[in-house]
This record gives sequence, C-alpha cells and structure tokens, in this order.
Amino acid sequence: MIDIRKLSKSYGSFQALHELDLEIPEGTVFGVVGANGAGKSTTFSILATLLPPSSGDALIGGASVRDSPEEVRRKVGYMPDFFGVYDQLKTEEYLDFYAASYGIALHGRGVLIGQLLELVNLSDKHDVYVDSLSRGMKQRLCLARSLIHDPQVLILDEPASGLDPRARVEMRGIMKRLKEMDKTVLISSHILPELAEMCDEIGVLDRGRLVARNSVREIHSRLKGDRMITVKLNGPSDEAVRFFENRPFVAGIAADPQVREVRFSFSGSEEEQAELLASASAEKFGVRSFSEEETDLEDVFMAITEGGSGQ
Amino acid sequence: MNTKFSNPVLMKEIKLRFRSPKSFVGILFYLAAMSLFVFGFLYLMTTLDAPGTGGGFLNTEESFILFTILTYIQLALVLFITPGLTAGSISSEREKQTLNMLLTTTQTSYQIILGKLLSSIAFLALMIVSSLPIYSLVFLFGGISPAQLALMLFYFLLTTLAIGSVGVMFSTLIRKTAVAMIATYGTMLALTAVTGFLSVFTASLGFAGSSAGPSPMAHFWASINPAVVVASLLSPGSGNILSDMTGIEFPVWIIYLIFYTSLIILSVFIAVKKLRVNMKAGN
Repeated sequence: MIDIRKLSKSYGSFQALHELDLEIPEGTVFGVVGANGAGKSTTFSILATLLPPSSGDALIGGASVRDSPEEVRRKVGYMPDFFGVYDQLKTEEYLDFYAASYGIALHGRGVLIGQLLELVNLSDKHDVYVDSLSRGMKQRLCLARSLIHDPQVLILDEPASGLDPRARVEMRGIMKRLKEMDKTVLISSHILPELAEMCDEIGVLDRGRLVARNSVREIHSRLKGDRMITVKLNGPSDEAVRFFENRPFVAGIAADPQVREVRFSFSGSEEEQAELLASASAEKFGVRSFSEEETDLEDVFMAITEGGSGQ
Repeated sequence: MNTKFSNPVLMKEIKLRFRSPKSFVGILFYLAAMSLFVFGFLYLMTTLDAPGTGGGFLNTEESFILFTILTYIQLALVLFITPGLTAGSISSEREKQTLNMLLTTTQTSYQIILGKLLSSIAFLALMIVSSLPIYSLVFLFGGISPAQLALMLFYFLLTTLAIGSVGVMFSTLIRKTAVAMIATYGTMLALTAVTGFLSVFTASLGFAGSSAGPSPMAHFWASINPAVVVASLLSPGSGNILSDMTGIEFPVWIIYLIFYTSLIILSVFIAVKKLRVNMKAGN
C-alpha cells in the first residue's frame, strides 16, 4: 500500500532523508520511531504531498506523490504533529467543512459526521465550538477529520503528543478501532511503549536512515543481547551458583544467600534460556521463581540509534 | 448544493466573517458616519445659502459635488480596507497551522484562492452595497444619472478585486501576515501616489523638452491611477485636461480596465501556482 523508493530530502547542505526504502503492506499499522530530526515528519510531509522529495519517489496505493499528488490526497488522511483548528466553527461544522473540501455530497455528510464523532467519542460535543474543546478532544477531532473521506492510508504524526494519560488511553483505544477497520496506518510517536501496543511493525529512523525494521517482538529479541535473569531459590544458593557456573551463555553470577537468590546475565537464545531454566527446576536446590528484567523499548531505541548512521 | 460548483472555503469564510458581530458593527459605524456626512452636507448647503438668492434647496451642481465626495470616500475605503482584508487570507492560515490540512484536501488551489479572495471581497461589497440608499439620495436633487452610479459600482468592484488579488498573492508568497500586509499597502501606494507623481513628472519632462510632442508614459501613469480614473468617469471633461497635458486622446478607462484586469489575472495565477509545492520540483 505504501511503497517508498530511495526517498531523499535535503535542506541546503543538511540531508534529512537518505535514500529511504520502505514497503508497508495493506492493513498494517506501522510505527516510526526516531529522535527529533531523524526524518519522521519530513517523510510524512512528503507522503502527504506537502513537501517535494529531492530524489526518489513514494507510491500510495500505486499513485506517485511526484506524478499524481491529487490522487494521493484522495487516498491519504493526514494528521500533522502541530495543527490549528477553526475556533469559531462548531465541531459538526468543522467536519462538514472538510467533508465539503473532499467533495462529499451534502446529503451524505450528516450521517458520516455522526459516525466519525462517535468513533472518536465526541458525539456529545457535536454542537459546541471547537474553541471550547480540550487538547485531547481537538486531537481526536483532527483524527476524525483525517478519516472524513474514508482514506485507505492514514498518516499520523505524533497523534498522542502533549496529551495527558487519560487522553492517551482514549487515543490508544481509537487506534485499536482503526486497526480493526483494516486501514493502513503510518504513525510516529515518541511514546514507544504505546507504539508497541498499537503497531504490527516498527521502523527506527536515525538521521534520515531506516536503521531497523521489524515486528515489535523481533526488535525486542534482536536487541535483548545479554539480559539479566534472577532466580529465587528454595534451597541454599551456593548449590545453584555451582549449577549455573558450568552452563553455556551464563556470565556474571551473583548470589545473595540471605534472600536465597541468584542473578546472572544470559546471552543465549530464548530457546536456550528456556532449556536452562527447565533443567534448573529439576535440580535439588529448588527453584521458587524466575524473572527476567524487561528490556524497555526506550532502551532498544537508544541501542539502535547509538550505533549512528553507519548501519 | 452541487459539490462541483460549491466552494467550501468561500462558504466557511463567509460563515466565520458574518458570525462575528464585529463585521456588523463595522458596517453600522460606516453607514452612520456616511449618513452624518450626507445629512450634514445637505443641512449646510440648504441653510448657508445667502438670503435672497433663492436658497433653501440643493441645486444640481451641489448634488454633483456631494456625489463626487461620496465617491472619493468610497474609493478611500476600498484602497485602505481591501489590503487589510486580503493580505492575511493565506498567511494567517499558515500562522494558525490550518493551512497544511487545507492543502491535503482534494480542493484545487484555484478553489482555495478564489474562495479566499471572494470571501474577503464579499464583506467590502456588502459595505458598498449597503451604502447605496445613502448614495442614492443624490438622485433626489439631480445632476447624477443611474448609469453613472452603476458605472461607479463596476469601477469599485474592479478596483477592489485587483487590490484584493494582489493582497491574496502576497499572502501566498510571504509567510508573515504583517509583511504581506506591508507589501500590499506598498502596492496600493504605488498605484495611487507613485503613479500620480510619475504622471506629472513624465508630463513635465515632455513640456521641458525641445519638442513638446505626445507623452504616452504620462498618459499611461495617469490611466492606471484610481483617482484620475474616478475623475474621468465623474466628469468626462476632465479627460480633455489630461489629453491637453499628455497629447494623447485615448480614453483612460480602457487602459484602466485592461491594466487592472491583467493585474487580477496575474495575481490570481501566481497565487494559485505558489499555494502548493511542486512535487516534481526536487529541492
């Protein structure tokens, strides 16, 4: 559905995008992660036909942003990271204006607007001025606006930025409903755990290059590397230490006899880890519980982007 | 409404502009000031006539003077208000961060620009039309024909559209509303004061030269000056003075019509071309 081919963009001597290649199949919710200046908004602006690429091209449903921007606009719903609203319009009027802007016939607009307001939980605000809406409500209204022409592709630039926790949860709920509607969604965020919940795949942009692209789970496991495992014991810890010392991929064993606990780092695969823990359970020292320190997605992101653009 | 012919930007802008009581208060004050002036003029003209001169009424000459003054007031209104109404039409959308969303819709650039231009002009047009009853008082006293009034209305419409188009063009080209406004007022000043000066200057060069032949540049500068054209429309005799000065007898209104129509077309064309980026342009 989205096919980005060797897309480059430079601002004078600054190269914002370096021959970006990315293919996103239909119905995928794809998250883009990257630090400020990584090229996320530049990529999104090009896809929304607001910024011409320096070289390369991007196809949305087969339509080129370079050659057929009008067709791309019909297929794409875009929500920018920063946006304003027409404060003196009422919520319904705001959506009606955009419906008219997409050439939707007057007789069909009322029902459509009602459905969209329901989708973004703003049905009770249909007759209030946009000015009086909270930031979270305005974000949701903008999302409804981007859906008004039933686009195949949604491009959402930081849709949850600046929202309070409650508004974020509401936004996440709407994203899940969009996923059920089988839309192809390209979304960026700084709130990485949220992306992990919403997306099928995540791409990491760093200084204009896609340095990683995989499912959330795969990115986790790829970057887990050495992870810390804590084993709580029923019996004495010295026996457990001796057991783990002779095992492959295990290093840095530390024991705490008082709380009967052993901690070590493990560099093997997930299968090898499962095998190790199963064999430990069969030992005399007795295993009460295992725990693995969760690798935070932020840590993953930092690890990927630390390597710089040389990858 | 047929979506093919509707203009969402025009409808939205008109709704927003006339939703605010400020617009109606503005028109109210304008009409009140105009009424005060007209009735004050009538009062003075009918009471200050010397006794025994058959005073107490307004003669056709005085009626014509009143019409002339009203016309110049309307012209000043058009010249000073139009830049303010149009120079922020696109740049303010950019400043309020609503432009990008507008540009990602399927509306054509032509629709957006025309919607912005016409909605801004609509307010001024309403102001001018609402003043017609006061304007028409001069019919009671003669000296002015309905055709002359209609001609003046057409003239105002053309001038408003031309300055409005320049305002929308600068608003598209320049990011900041304040700068776009300065550029539009600058253009307005060039079309009024500068053309007036250039006309007199080039005509005087012709007089000073050894051969006092026709001066087409002086005629051209005078022809695109709104005040000169108003004078020629109000009293065709003033055209003779210009002909004597420049040595050219071509009617100024034709040059004015051609020049200002070209200005509208050129400004709208540039604004339409520059509203959206050219996706094929590369950098």
